Amino acid sequence: MDLPAPDPPAADPPPGARPRADAPHPSRADALLRSAGRALLPPADRDAVPQVLADRPDGTVLRFGATVLKAHAPGTVRAALEARLDAAAGPALRTVLLPPLPVPVSGRFLAEAGGLLVTAWPAGRPVAPDAPELAPWEQAGALAARLHAVPPPPGLPPMGGPAKVAAALRRLDAAAGTHPAGAAAVRAACATLPAWARGAAEPPAHPAPRLVHGDLHLGQLVRLPGAPPGDPHRGWRLIDVDDLGRGDPAWDLARPAAWYAAGLLPPGPWQRFLAAYRGAGGPALPDGPADPGEVLEVPARALVVQLAALALVRAAREGREPDEVERLVLDACARIAGTAPAPGQ
Amino acid sequence: MSEMYQCPKCRGTMRTYDRHGVHIEQCDNCRGVFLDYGELESLTAMEARWSQQAPPPPAAPMPPAPPAGYGHAAPAWGAPHHGGHHGGHGYGHHGHKGFAHMLFSS
Repeated sequence: MDLPAPDPPAADPPPGARPRADAPHPSRADALLRSAGRALLPPADRDAVPQVLADRPDGTVLRFGATVLKAHAPGTVRAALEARLDAAAGPALRTVLLPPLPVPVSGRFLAEAGGLLVTAWPAGRPVAPDAPELAPWEQAGALAARLHAVPPPPGLPPMGGPAKVAAALRRLDAAAGTHPAGAAAVRAACATLPAWARGAAEPPAHPAPRLVHGDLHLGQLVRLPGAPPGDPHRGWRLIDVDDLGRGDPAWDLARPAAWYAAGLLPPGPWQRFLAAYRGAGGPALPDGPADPGEVLEVPARALVVQLAALALVRAAREGREPDEVERLVLDACARIAGTAPAPGQ
Repeated sequence: MSEMYQCPKCRGTMRTYDRHGVHIEQCDNCRGVFLDYGELESLTAMEARWSQQAPPPPAAPMPPAPPAGYGHAAPAWGAPHHGGHHGGHGYGHHGHKGFAHMLFSS
């Protein structure tokens, strides 16, 4: 449930990955939500003019008045999504994750329309994409900490961070030949990762697996209208349960860590995010003033590799050279390839 | 952040940050940075130690260097502008389309 930024589809989705083929716009899912989807809305929103928030192979999101409908990606595993929805609807995460709305008639959180799984959510206000310095970095850190503090409910799949790295590399392979120097740097950086961190081996058993969001970025925060004055997060909530899983919570901090290390994120917001995470008792980091590098190093490197691979895929699809922001993560890959310890460390 | 100052340039609120023991006031509004007497020299000295440290020899202890990592500075492969006096200058890529894409999507 990201902001409506276009996301790159791949030419040939690998088996097991979420389908990324170029979809016609508006997609079939979009049409489905506008027709059959209306029955899933609260009565007050059924006549609302829909607004497309996202229409991509990994999900289509339309807003109808005060409610948002999401058609999940084709191939979404029903049982896993149900476990994730139950977790988001539970009382322990009431002020952390946006809770799904029960669907009229069935009272359940999941409906099926035209072969797609559909969920309904209260509409919130996203972070303004043109002013990241105004982003709620403290709330993001505190929300992640609160999420990680809740024992993972049964039935949740393992956290999918390493699998996403592997999927990004497969997409890079499918877009081969477009930017050989950049692709070589990404692959060399990837080779410095332990096999488990790039999805090529089972991850080591985590001593205390946690509930992990799995896709934390600034598009995953919304502010609910009408939050009570005592709301612990001033109305901010995490959205998008599609990657919710159990595992090492450090992977939720890895993307901001990667932004910071690559030079995208200045030290100020990064420190505010980290301090808020620690202040809210976030369990991913060691206690005390110790540097968090030890637990963040591998996942942050993995995220740099993932971001750089997807940046090359996006540039290739748009038929252009990587832009200055994309070059930051590519440069970070080149430095990783030169400085990181050998695999296995 | 024990004291609050007003930015001399835009009257915004200055926040105090601590970087390697050096207090830096930064304006929340215009992102301008204020250094007290001697703080620039402290930062310059730290930067000199930092650049002497690179490239880091594996497992060789370097007592005077600040710790490499995510709490204070970037890791060994981090972007070169970290760990020096540029900290806190804000988003160099503000408003860039690719920047929002990188921070806001999967």
